[in-house]
Amino acid sequence: MLEMVIITLLKIIAVLAVVLTGCAYSTYLERKVVAAMQHRIGPSYAGPYGLLQPLADAVKLMFKEDIIPDNVERWTYAMAPAISFIPALLTFAVVPFGMDMTIFGREIKMVLSDMNVGVLFVFAITSMGIYGIVLAGWSSGSKYSLLGSIRSSAQMISYEISYGLSIVGVLFIANTLSLSELIAQQETILDWFIFSQPVGFLLYVTCAVAETNRAPFDLPEAESELVAGYHTEYSSMRFSMFFIGEYANMLAVSAVGTVFFLGGWQGPFTEQVPILSFVWFFVKVFMFMFVYIWLRATFPRFRYDQLMNFGWKILLPLAVVNTVVTGFFVVL
Amino acid sequence: MTLDVAIFFISAIVAVFGATMMITVRNPVASVLYLLVSFAAQAVLFIQLGALFLGVVLIIVYVGAILVLFLFVVMLLNLRGGEDLGQPSRPMSRFSKYLIGALLLVELVFVIRGSAGGTDQTVTGMMGPVVETFGSVQDVGMLLFTTYLYPFELTGVLLLVAIVGAVVIAKRETEREAAQKKQLVEERGHSSEEKVS
Amino acid sequence: MTEYLAVLIFIFAGVGIVLVTFLISRLLRPDHDYPEKSLNYECAEEPVGTSWVRFNNRFYIFALIFVVFDVEAVFLFPWAVAFGQLGLYALVEMVLFIAILMFGLFYAWKKGVLKWA
Repeated sequence: MLEMVIITLLKIIAVLAVVLTGCAYSTYLERKVVAAMQHRIGPSYAGPYGLLQPLADAVKLMFKEDIIPDNVERWTYAMAPAISFIPALLTFAVVPFGMDMTIFGREIKMVLSDMNVGVLFVFAITSMGIYGIVLAGWSSGSKYSLLGSIRSSAQMISYEISYGLSIVGVLFIANTLSLSELIAQQETILDWFIFSQPVGFLLYVTCAVAETNRAPFDLPEAESELVAGYHTEYSSMRFSMFFIGEYANMLAVSAVGTVFFLGGWQGPFTEQVPILSFVWFFVKVFMFMFVYIWLRATFPRFRYDQLMNFGWKILLPLAVVNTVVTGFFVVL
Repeated sequence: MTLDVAIFFISAIVAVFGATMMITVRNPVASVLYLLVSFAAQAVLFIQLGALFLGVVLIIVYVGAILVLFLFVVMLLNLRGGEDLGQPSRPMSRFSKYLIGALLLVELVFVIRGSAGGTDQTVTGMMGPVVETFGSVQDVGMLLFTTYLYPFELTGVLLLVAIVGAVVIAKRETEREAAQKKQLVEERGHSSEEKVS
Repeated sequence: MTEYLAVLIFIFAGVGIVLVTFLISRLLRPDHDYPEKSLNYECAEEPVGTSWVRFNNRFYIFALIFVVFDVEAVFLFPWAVAFGQLGLYALVEMVLFIAILMFGLFYAWKKGVLKWA
């Protein structure tokens, strides 16, 4: 029992460390990649190649004054950043980071919680991501915040169903809701569900970008019209909590997408060198993140009516058709 | 006191506390948040009983969808805490709400007392699951598509009715808005003509 | 059950991290408040009016339709998982269920509710 507790606590510390570092360096990655795509250098002063930039940013934000406007709803205003950050973090509780390993004679799973309804858990957590945004916008007492949060939440609910349905095709083939079993079924590269579910994969990527409010679906913070959207009135550490939350969300969606469609930690030579499974996993997540940033550097922003039409009239019917067609293929 | 019992009591207390606060608090958004807390605690209780699917679905549907709808309503009406939310209810409706509450309480007591095996089995968290796969998603799926097929399809019809209802309300509202706008435009057009003349 | 306990502990750890960062920041940061700072942001002007904005009720309709389809999606999960044991029979049932709901979606579409004016 005590051993279990210690192992669980160690795992939690490891997951937190990995995710938070991942978030910090995602910001670095984004700035560097976008800079390269625009023929700029990007951060380059703090440390070699600007590698210490995220650290410098964190320290800077720590020292910033926390300005709270007078007409905010105190409690919800204070809680909103945490509420937007914690669900993003929670997804990582069910994501396997690598293959099972034997350390000091103990078989240890490289996942915090290998629950057999993992997929549903991910879906449930995703559906809670909306609260931070709604509460932030409502409690700030500012027009921009309120408009941004209403837009953002309407957008999220419009894409959430297609997001859920894009996975159902995979579940048909796999017949399981456990993430580790999903990975186990994608042993060789040809078993990856991206090949049996190409439409599902595209749907997933599109909806994931929309769910995380990223370009070209970043209407909530369309800076030319809404200042900064729902977090206009936030400053200091509370603001950075939203910021970290956004990147944690991107990472979570990428990690989950990797598990669903790209075989998770599976890759060559994992049997001989188990540590390699981590590397494969991180490489795949990195690719996802790169696509995210690439999209941002490439596409102009959607108009709001286009966005809603796209979600309800194209993605949702497509997701349903994909589900039914997959069903027929699996039966016949 | 084992861990199971502790978790049961903590989540039960949190669930009841959340529900109570939900009713008593004046601020509508706080009310929604307390309901959220209550649902989360109930989800823990479901999972503890082995009903995994129900526990997670409680979160997905109630917390992820229905409460969001509530929040939308609160935001669209832009209700704030300190505002006067109208007149206190009439004595008749007050009386009936206490009566219904009391009836529900009596019912609850009877259910708990009347259940087989006494209070032990009903109250404390983890008991032996009825079947090996009790509450698993596979099981729920099998039951839905065999034994409870008819209610399941009826649910589909019910949801369809909900959509139709929403559409009808939306149509009426947009028509009213359009009419208001038209009226406004006409009035303005009128006044500007007057100015010209 | 340990799997779920781990998640519960993880939630507390997440809350803890947030609280600790807020606390550290509170200890470090300066606090020079003056009245102009605590106004809402409005492009460096004094805010005009309140944030009391009435919203298009279309948002509300989308939320309603979302609830309906969310319930549909939840039903799809047990179906997909139990599929291996049920086969064609379940597929036909589910297609019927989806068809009923898609009919609803197209009804809303045709009535122009999904149009964003």
